[in-house]
Amino acid sequence: MTSSPAIQTENLGRVYKIRGSRKEKEIRRELVALKDVSLEVKQGELFGLLGPNGAGKTTLIKILTTLLAPTSGWGKVAGIDVAQAPRQVRPLINMVSGGESSGYGLLTVRENLWMFAQFYGVPSKEAYRRIDAALKDIGLDDRAHTKSSDLSTGLRQKMNIVRGFITDPRVLFLDEPTLGLDVGASRDVRRIVRQWLGADAGRTLLLTTHYMAEADELCDRVAIINGGQVLTCDSPEALKRRLQRDALFEITTSPLNGLPVSALEKLDGVRKVTHSVADGSVTFKLILKEDAALAGVINTLTAANVVIQNFSKHEPTLEDVFVDLVGSSIEDLEQEGEDA
Amino acid sequence: MPEATVRLSGWRLFISTVFARAYPRLIGQQREASWLVFEVLLPLVSVSAYVFVYRALKAPEEYVGFVVMGGAMTAFWLNVLWSMSSQLYWEKETGNLALYIMAPSSMTAILLGMALGGMLATALRALVIIVVGSWMFNVHYVVLDFVQLFAVFMLSMTALYGMGMMTSSLFLLLSREAWHIANLAQEPVYLASGFYFPIKSFPFWIAAAASVIPLTLGLDGMRQLIFPSGAALGFLDVRLEIGILILLSALFLVGARVLLDYMEKLAIREGRLTESRR
Repeated sequence: MTSSPAIQTENLGRVYKIRGSRKEKEIRRELVALKDVSLEVKQGELFGLLGPNGAGKTTLIKILTTLLAPTSGWGKVAGIDVAQAPRQVRPLINMVSGGESSGYGLLTVRENLWMFAQFYGVPSKEAYRRIDAALKDIGLDDRAHTKSSDLSTGLRQKMNIVRGFITDPRVLFLDEPTLGLDVGASRDVRRIVRQWLGADAGRTLLLTTHYMAEADELCDRVAIINGGQVLTCDSPEALKRRLQRDALFEITTSPLNGLPVSALEKLDGVRKVTHSVADGSVTFKLILKEDAALAGVINTLTAANVVIQNFSKHEPTLEDVFVDLVGSSIEDLEQEGEDA
Repeated sequence: MPEATVRLSGWRLFISTVFARAYPRLIGQQREASWLVFEVLLPLVSVSAYVFVYRALKAPEEYVGFVVMGGAMTAFWLNVLWSMSSQLYWEKETGNLALYIMAPSSMTAILLGMALGGMLATALRALVIIVVGSWMFNVHYVVLDFVQLFAVFMLSMTALYGMGMMTSSLFLLLSREAWHIANLAQEPVYLASGFYFPIKSFPFWIAAAASVIPLTLGLDGMRQLIFPSGAALGFLDVRLEIGILILLSALFLVGARVLLDYMEKLAIREGRLTESRR
């Protein structure tokens, strides 16, 4: 056993050259997907990359899993450079993505898993032993002989996660593993992931998610990523502690009657304001320097004849940390991305 | 970092990968019976059309056998075109390609598995076409040299699937245009390879150019070896055709290996393994 970190990156970057249409052939656009990412993940850690869609999380995973070459910097898995020696890295890793439809629908769950195990050189007998044990752990043993095309999304994702486990990777990459799953299936996936990691101290897991609660619940450390850059990296508790000096409120109101949100942002003692509109109500999330600043917010709202429907103070969450760092919530950023 | 669990490596990993990737093709044969319609019945309809044309023209009866044999061999061509050459495009769309590349086994082993599985599954389809077609149209075969016949068939398959492996790497970089390119290649090869007529009917240089497609010489050689008048209608001497097929096999297999390595590196550099749109 050596002391090299499970994952290490230094100024890692990736720029995509985007081809224009025939008319625009001369115009080559560039998209910076990842910029100067420096991270270190210790062996045994469950490390989370938290950020909105398009933040660069998947690009980082693709580089670390040898599927994409970086355009700057370097990345290592188990001390091996992923761009220089991909063939040495591959036996040590595996990856599962949320919503993937890998494998072949006409094969059964057990057959699909056996097939992928063969690509990693797991002898058949050992592969079946691992598959049967993992399917039992994950509660999919009764579907072992079901064709994978007949599985629901949640069950299919469980099968994919077993695919990641059975090759016994030293570093497992989970890219949005609970994407599109219902609450129960997501909870199962989180439980299984924790269980797998806890079973062997030599295992490391890097998980990307845009679900704050998932990162908070699962991860030992979290890197918040946006616009291809890592904004901060620490344990969820430490990140939240940074906001504990602040007062965090959530206020639900009637429509704003033309009151600009900037009127609240300009108030003394107000650090950040985000808002969302749903069902005719407006929900504000406020980060205030102190409780006393709330009076100014309420006065401003009531002066504009805005009715306060609900009001609560809460402990900082990772979502608040994200808002504090980026100035917008993940949902808002993703909505902007879709609108663009 | 501790070493991962001891696993097969080297040639044992290669063999286990080939077998594992061949498995879906072989098992699919049993689970999806639709091939009986699309890959046996429909080719037999085409075969019948040509047979009736030849009979209406009072062509030599061997031509009927030529057509039945050509109909059987189209199964291999369709398999190579749609399930080898363009397969990596579909694998990319489903996410399998990324998993193949990320696995410690080589892509050559994956492609070889596809080829082997496809070849064995298609052999059954081709056999059914030959048996049913021969029964329907009363075709008789006289094998002149079993060894040469076996050699021509095996070399044709090696070269054909080698070509499929080579072209499949080109599809690594393609997105939806892969579909159109495969469509574009389908019919011209029917014509150039002489599926339904002896390629001796072509001017020499056209037949020579068409011989780059392994099925052309393969079909021609097999027809010469199993029909009494085959040799008279053959394009080149069978031994020469065997020599050319050996060369084509080596060329396509080596080409497949080299091109696949190059294309894989290029696709990783350009980010095209998982993102079709870029």
